[in-house]
Amino acid sequence: MSEKTIYFDNNATTRVCDEAVEAMLPFLTEKYGNPSSMHEFGGQVGSYIKKARQQVADLIGAASPDEIIFTSCGTESSNTALRGLTNPHKKHIITTKVEHPCVLNVTKQLEKKGYETTYLNVNSEGEIELEEFKNSIRPDTAIVAIMWANNETGVIFPVEKMAEITKEKNPETLFFVDGVQAAGKIPINVKNTKIDMLGISGHKIHAPKGVGALYIRKGTPITPFMLGGHQERGKRAGTENVPGIIAMGVAAEEASNYLDDEATRVKQLRDKLEKGILERIFNARVNGSRINRVPNTTNISFEYIEGELILLHLSDLGICASSGSACTSGNLEPSHVLRAMGVPFTAVHGSIRFSLSRYTTEEDVNYVLEKLPEVINKLNTISPFQKELKELKEMKRVCLSTGKEKGCCKSGNCHHN
Amino acid sequence: MWEYTDKVKEHYKNPKNVGAIEDADAIGEAGSLSCGDALKIYLKIDADGIVTDAKFQTFGCGSAVASASALMEIIIDKHIDEVAKVTNQDIADALGGLPAQKMHCSVMGKEALEDALAYYRGESIENKSRIVCQCFGVTEDLVREVVQHNKLKTVKEITNYTKAGGACEKCKDDLQKILDEELQKQGETSPKKPLTKTQMIVKVNNILENHIAEALRQDGGDIELIDIDGNNIYVSLQGACKSCPSSNLTLKNFVENVLREHLGEEVNVIEA
Repeated sequence: MSEKTIYFDNNATTRVCDEAVEAMLPFLTEKYGNPSSMHEFGGQVGSYIKKARQQVADLIGAASPDEIIFTSCGTESSNTALRGLTNPHKKHIITTKVEHPCVLNVTKQLEKKGYETTYLNVNSEGEIELEEFKNSIRPDTAIVAIMWANNETGVIFPVEKMAEITKEKNPETLFFVDGVQAAGKIPINVKNTKIDMLGISGHKIHAPKGVGALYIRKGTPITPFMLGGHQERGKRAGTENVPGIIAMGVAAEEASNYLDDEATRVKQLRDKLEKGILERIFNARVNGSRINRVPNTTNISFEYIEGELILLHLSDLGICASSGSACTSGNLEPSHVLRAMGVPFTAVHGSIRFSLSRYTTEEDVNYVLEKLPEVINKLNTISPFQKELKELKEMKRVCLSTGKEKGCCKSGNCHHN
Repeated sequence: MWEYTDKVKEHYKNPKNVGAIEDADAIGEAGSLSCGDALKIYLKIDADGIVTDAKFQTFGCGSAVASASALMEIIIDKHIDEVAKVTNQDIADALGGLPAQKMHCSVMGKEALEDALAYYRGESIENKSRIVCQCFGVTEDLVREVVQHNKLKTVKEITNYTKAGGACEKCKDDLQKILDEELQKQGETSPKKPLTKTQMIVKVNNILENHIAEALRQDGGDIELIDIDGNNIYVSLQGACKSCPSSNLTLKNFVENVLREHLGEEVNVIEA
């Protein structure tokens, strides 16, 4: 392993912020009581959890902290929302083809129990067509489950608008948002929306792994998924992960404070990285909308070379990123997200996601821009598709859509810019 | 993250014999871009049939590059008769082993090698064998060959070695059939295929009727099968058994034991 770590994998997990570490430590050492206990030693912990609940409520703009329940992770939040459906006469679910497995694998299982799912398509930019969505809402639609931002491409779905469309057409349909990749990256204000439930994860916002939260709007009918004691107002049984919850509260508050940094400094660094890569590497192309995106993510394909191989070489240089290639996934199929967008196979297998955070520095970006072209050039020479690579290099001089010299189009989508 | 051996790392970091040979005497290809793995090898063979030079280009992961690089080292300076005997296991061995899910990389090396040798011998390189797995374009011949050479015993292993059945899974029944035939040839039987739910219900019902119900009826009780879910068998005790305080003991000590004995599986009997 390389001595230094240049971390560009913040959509996978993040460094726990110092404030969160400091806040959680006393709950491992001195204040280790169980908040359900009848003694003061345990009971006092409850007030700290209450504060954390408020901090999380503030990050996502919930009207009341009572609308927040703590879970063990984003996956549990999604499972709770989808498995908690109460109306036996509504057996239709709407989601998208690009959701996280924590939704897709649940809908697949619900289908075995008699549910029917509509999987919405996305266009080549990774965006949903609202008309298709509107038409898919039925009288028996129990729930709509949509991610706010995609974990692989960062593309943002217009969930606020979609929630409104949903309630207009069928007020009884629940609207769940997987907000794991949006929280802390873009402003969220659920109380001003028609969203019923929203899941978030601690470790994606600089809290530790093993804690998550689910926003459940007051009055939303839901059956608890985890049964046992009376914790979380009977909505999620199990002794509270107190240190994790305290840390998540502090991390949520910090994330609120850093929203401006995300929108400005982090976004500039991401854009610099992306632009720099496109300028330096002829077989690089961006996957997904470059306009409608969270500020920290870029998904770039290196055509005709394979993603795992790129990651292994980057790892040797201390650079951490991730890939949608089949070889990294453990199964044999490449990214379902990029496939749904119609990204050609020549590019899917060579896709690399760089995801930044508040800890990313300009030096980190410069280091990648210095090292990555060497890696890609080296790997290009190994590729059996030399003819295709040569053609691509030639083609790169003119724009595909206008046939003119590159730099002609101003749409963010032309990867020749 | 995959657990690659140092040998694999060495090869993918600094692969040897990368490139093309302009006036190659043999060229072999395997895999395709859509599958995420593709390999092209070029051989220079002298008048005595010795491979004097070999080069490769690959589109693939770390273990694909390492497999190709190792293959080149294995075959250079060898006679083609010897080269023809190289197996995918030889490639994996040269690398100190590959993760199970990556064995298909060594098979791709072997495939490209066979393709090159067929080209050299002037044989038709058209693949006449039936394609079993449409997703990855895997032929029946390749599956049979890999099963034989690597002594594979399960469909999962076939997937690890050839990728067949790794995507839409539609060909899994086909793969099982091929595997059964191959194992039969070797005089072995494949590990028991799990029974379908219907088969299981019939079997459990027979055991209940022939080995359990009679004993219960003698005590004025009876038993009925309600449902089966995986290893859980749901039954309902009837008649005198219903109110019997030791009905739970009956279920666990008697019914469950008899069922386990006859099914040869760890099942749980639960009162529905």
